[in-house]
Amino acid sequence: MTEKVGTTGLVLSEKLLWEKSRPGRCGMSIPKRDVEESPLDDSLTGEGPELPELSEIDVIRHYTRLSTWNYGVDTGTYPLGSCTMKYNPKTNERQAALPGFAGAHPLLPTEKAQGALEIMHTLEQAFAEITGLDAVTLQPAAGAHGEMTGMLVIHAYHKKQGRQRTKVLIPDTAHGTNPASVALCGYEPIPVVSDENGILSVESVAAVMDEDVAGIMVTNPNTLGLYEENLKQIAALIHAKGGLVYGDGANLNAVMGIVQMGKVGIDVMHLNLHKTFSTPHGGGGPGSGPVCVTRELEPYLPVPRVTKTGDLFDLDWNRPDSIGKLGAFYGHFGVMLRAYAYLRMMGAAGLKKTSQLAVLNANYVKEQLRDTLHLAYDRPCMHECIFSDKNQKPHHITTMDMAKRLIDHGYHPPTVYFPLVVEGAIMFEPTESESKDELDQYIAAFKAVAQEATENPDALHQAPKATVVRRLDETTAARKPCLAG
Amino acid sequence: MLEVIGVKSLDDLFPTIPDDSKINQELDLPEALTEWELNDHMDQLAAKMATGPGVKTYLGAGSYDHYVPASVPFVLSRSEFVTSYTPYQPEMSQGTLQAIYEYQTMSCALMGTDVSTASHYDGATAMAEGLLIAVRKSRKNKVAISAAIHPFYRQVIHTYFEPTGFELVELPYLPDGRTDLTGLAGIEDLGAVGVQSPNFFGCIEDLGAAAEATHDKKAFFVAGFSEALAYGLLKSPGSQGADLVAGEGQSLGVSRSFGGPYLGMLGATKKLMRILPGRLVGRAKDMDGKDGFVLTLSAREQHIRREKATSNICTNVGLCAVQAAMYMASIGKAGIKELARLNHDKAEYLKRKLTTAGAAVPFSSPTFNEFVVQLPSGKEAAYQRLLDKNIVLGLPLEKFYPELSRCYLVCVTETKTKDDLDALTKELLS
Repeated sequence: MTEKVGTTGLVLSEKLLWEKSRPGRCGMSIPKRDVEESPLDDSLTGEGPELPELSEIDVIRHYTRLSTWNYGVDTGTYPLGSCTMKYNPKTNERQAALPGFAGAHPLLPTEKAQGALEIMHTLEQAFAEITGLDAVTLQPAAGAHGEMTGMLVIHAYHKKQGRQRTKVLIPDTAHGTNPASVALCGYEPIPVVSDENGILSVESVAAVMDEDVAGIMVTNPNTLGLYEENLKQIAALIHAKGGLVYGDGANLNAVMGIVQMGKVGIDVMHLNLHKTFSTPHGGGGPGSGPVCVTRELEPYLPVPRVTKTGDLFDLDWNRPDSIGKLGAFYGHFGVMLRAYAYLRMMGAAGLKKTSQLAVLNANYVKEQLRDTLHLAYDRPCMHECIFSDKNQKPHHITTMDMAKRLIDHGYHPPTVYFPLVVEGAIMFEPTESESKDELDQYIAAFKAVAQEATENPDALHQAPKATVVRRLDETTAARKPCLAG
Repeated sequence: MLEVIGVKSLDDLFPTIPDDSKINQELDLPEALTEWELNDHMDQLAAKMATGPGVKTYLGAGSYDHYVPASVPFVLSRSEFVTSYTPYQPEMSQGTLQAIYEYQTMSCALMGTDVSTASHYDGATAMAEGLLIAVRKSRKNKVAISAAIHPFYRQVIHTYFEPTGFELVELPYLPDGRTDLTGLAGIEDLGAVGVQSPNFFGCIEDLGAAAEATHDKKAFFVAGFSEALAYGLLKSPGSQGADLVAGEGQSLGVSRSFGGPYLGMLGATKKLMRILPGRLVGRAKDMDGKDGFVLTLSAREQHIRREKATSNICTNVGLCAVQAAMYMASIGKAGIKELARLNHDKAEYLKRKLTTAGAAVPFSSPTFNEFVVQLPSGKEAAYQRLLDKNIVLGLPLEKFYPELSRCYLVCVTETKTKDDLDALTKELLS
């Protein structure tokens, strides 16, 4: 076996900010006063917030130490299924930090903001091409926000048709946020069960489709990492009864340049720039969730729309059928910039190669671990593959135990216990970024963990040991919440 | 690798996709660039933006020009913060978790609330979701929002409420620029009230009175804000009786970046903790009794509750929250008070200069760092004349409030010097 990546390095302890606070310290240069004080009524002013008082070096050391307790894609392999933890090119950061963009006020007159508008316009066109759809809004702030935007568009469409519908079909292999997004728009989610191959059958959709159904939310490839082979027929069925097909684009990384979802029956689709288009996840955002739609649905997209007349870009606010606004301004422009940089460096051939390598890596992991872990569906997978803990259960070892032991090996575990249709799911999405060498090391580590599960299960129950804290008591944390110090 | 999988080429990796679903030609996308070509291209596009040393903008309206110390972006760029996912494996995410816990704590101090979420998308969505959970909790049907809330925020609130069946009513503003609360008493079935302070006109609202009038109706009071720095100086909304506080934290170290990503801040009293939308970080003990942090109260969230969740929010703006925490830790208690004071005093200075020179300030209520100014008639061309000289006076208001002709929302922060303000006055009214 190759050398283990995880070792016991020096872990520094660090207090909470306010435990380091000392009266009179300040870590920031306060601008000089060049105007006199102006009175403000005492009834309006307060004591000011009790912020800690720290010097600059206190602040820098604090966060530098905290960062060492974290793990990112730049630290090592991070095969979180459904999250597409690919490498985030550093040129993206350079572009987003350009003062012309970072310092731009969103309400600049549009003739003074042509650079930003041009980028947004080009991005919209590129996403339309990648998805085979006609019009795009960049406004949604994350994937779930994109889902909500898409459902609002569907809601507005049915309203305009003169009859609102009440239900939305959601397969058991769809993304976790889907039912909540549907509920936010006042629809009732109706579950659809996938077949023995892990995909949707035309019959199961036909059984629940009627004229009260506004549409279906399909994740394709689905959360089992499988392509929805019957999508075209299912879409035809939905359309025939006046419904619309929503595509959750969380798994687009498998099919760029291979399938245009608009051409196989999808009417509305959101993308995750923080997954497919290499913008960093930031420990929980900011993301960006553009929504792509057919020509027929364009009038419902949020305002403002970016327009181009001759060489001049502008913002159009006059869209009477629009669902309105989804955020204070135009979406997460800083995230769009990073995605734009990625797109411009990849080009069409680069994107297709990305998807091919993502699928290659996932199938490779599937083949290499199939004798170690129980494979949930023995079929060619797309960009992710799903195992379970069935083989380890007899040794009283769960998915969680294996995940925690992998941490001691120096790796971020795959997604665990999702999708819900597979009990004890272990969901690998290696992405295209990992080389064969990296994958082989990860696979070896997982095999070592599985071996340990039979020989020394207690090592797994006790894991992780090499981290700054060990397994945490989440039950007590939720029962007696302490959310601020 | 292909051999291990048992296929001959990369194209063979997609046997489950029907042939008639595959595309045959390459996507029509702009040609791939090298890193160096990309740099030139981006530099050229960035040069088409009216930003930088040659430009003076007096725009606020939800996006503010504040100094950010170099230390903040530097330490924020640590890969371990930037390239990690939502902290699902707490043992290897303690950096993010502690940073967010500290953010929540400092946010509570700023907003005067018992709890704060780990972040929301921006001030507008925080306010929309705050109002939504409030009216649901009230089991009543109507929500009243002030007409002096940022027009874009109101648009977002309307969008979120459209499919819900709840009714939105608008409270007009008074001649002094504050919200007219007198109509509240007459609204039946009122579940929640939303007022922003400082409001869109920059006027500081009487939040205590608004909270009292709302509570008299057994409704929840949601206080909004678009300029977080104001609460370095002003009484916090929580201390004046707000049940929920929702606003924009961009001023706390986040760049303007043409409108996003920013920082939605959302806080509440302890009573409402379990219905808050989005992530919360809490303290926990590990197997050895050592202190640590976890994502908690996930029973509220979509991945557990599915369609019964309090919201569908998943990815939020974690890194912006950490950025704001770094900023708040850097500026400290005394610093934020002085900086807020300076913003107020500079804005007051310009207000006096402009009035002396003949402009009108139509609203008499006290303001923080922005205010409405009305140009004398005959001076309408001044806005464009200044724009040609790369001075953006502020935001023309007539588009949002037709009754406010010749009115501009002007913002002054610490980045403007007395000389800048004198020069602006001269250019504008000479």
